[in-house]
Amino acid sequence: MNYNFDWSVLWSGQTGAWLLDGVLVTLKISSLAWLAAVALGILSGALRTAPITLLRWLAAAYVEFFRNVPLLVWMFFWYFGMPPLLPHALQEWLLDHGAEFWAGVCALGVYHGARFSEVIRAGIHAIPRTQFEAAVSTGLTVPQAYRLIIVPIALRLIVPPATNETLNLLKNSSVALTIGVAELTFQTRQIETYTARAFEALAAGTLIYLLLCLAIAAFMSRVERSMAIPGMIARGQSGEP
Amino acid sequence: MDFRVITDNFSFLMLQGFIGFGPFAGGTLRLALPAIVLGFLLGTCIGLARLAHSPWLSVPAKVYVEFFRGVPLVMVIFWFWFIVPVMLGRSLPEYAVALTAFVMFEAAYLAEIVRAGIQSVPRGQVEAATATGLARAPMMRYVILPQALRNMIPALVTQFIVLLKDTSLASIIGYVDLTKAAQIVNNREIRPFELYLFIAVVYWICSYTMSRYVRRWENAGGQSAR
Repeated sequence: MNYNFDWSVLWSGQTGAWLLDGVLVTLKISSLAWLAAVALGILSGALRTAPITLLRWLAAAYVEFFRNVPLLVWMFFWYFGMPPLLPHALQEWLLDHGAEFWAGVCALGVYHGARFSEVIRAGIHAIPRTQFEAAVSTGLTVPQAYRLIIVPIALRLIVPPATNETLNLLKNSSVALTIGVAELTFQTRQIETYTARAFEALAAGTLIYLLLCLAIAAFMSRVERSMAIPGMIARGQSGEP
Repeated sequence: MDFRVITDNFSFLMLQGFIGFGPFAGGTLRLALPAIVLGFLLGTCIGLARLAHSPWLSVPAKVYVEFFRGVPLVMVIFWFWFIVPVMLGRSLPEYAVALTAFVMFEAAYLAEIVRAGIQSVPRGQVEAATATGLARAPMMRYVILPQALRNMIPALVTQFIVLLKDTSLASIIGYVDLTKAAQIVNNREIRPFELYLFIAVVYWICSYTMSRYVRRWENAGGQSAR
């Protein structure tokens, strides 16, 4: 292998700006999708333990349907399959406002929402049943008991598996390049295309992903320390599909 | 909505795309099955290395695992897609690139499963095996690994589900798997909703069946402690 490294391609010309743009888009799509995923996850995770069969069943259907299909297929589905079914005005608006970005947010958010749901359900299951009974016996309604007691405790228990899922979401945001979202992997490829410097471009992209993951993991471990409830650990199913 | 596009192209989607018979070197299963087997072999070696006493083995294994777990799969596929031609001086077919990328990537995750499986074997087993005079290697081979393997089965099946879904990413380098086959048909027929819904259902049936199996196995308690 004789390959002359030329790391200067990473900052000469436009490439530096491209990389920075890529990082920003990756962070933007990931954080929007993360918010959607956490909201969907809390809602469906709580409903899966709810005392009403129909709601449990609906939440289970959502989780099982979305997490058992590849993210890439969801990307295509939301980007190519969904818009023709939308009202015309909304289609126009989407075309002007980066349809691929919003399709990416939907795909990531809904897919990871199903995965977060499993994490949150595990957290709720780790709470002793008596906690719920005590809440109801003080006069709280079931929704109140969930909102004020069960969900807050569950969220404090699931920080480690939720960190795992957050990192998965960040890494999976790279799949959005297939529908043309100009995120970090997309920009890395663009640099490769323009400079024919595959090694340097990919090394830069890889390093940035590793640093982002490390930063999130470090931040979340601080959150974990401050949130931990002494004597209680939730076993998350981080290996779930 | 017109689902005739599915019935008309059913054999292309399933035989070519899903299984791998046809004019293209492709197929979801033809990629996923060898990848899980080879990935498991490599993952076992790395998992054992992580548990080794010598830092010369355990540190590189840890670096390998942490590296691959911190990088998106798309990135890993691009690494092999762009770097292998530079290193070898010639390009490889998509199948070889995709298979290598998946084996290397999955090995990192499978190594963790193997490690957890081995650590789940009670300490007393090691002591008992040592007391009967077994050396380290035969102890691993005859006492630890058979029990660890039993404990690992649910996690391994789960990882295979993940892998099966991840093989859809091989389509980005042009490998004709189920997803790419749907894309090819869609380019001709322009029926994205029906086609992507159909392949979603195919993936779903595979994943869901396997995850049911995992849950039954776990609930039956038929796994460990023996």
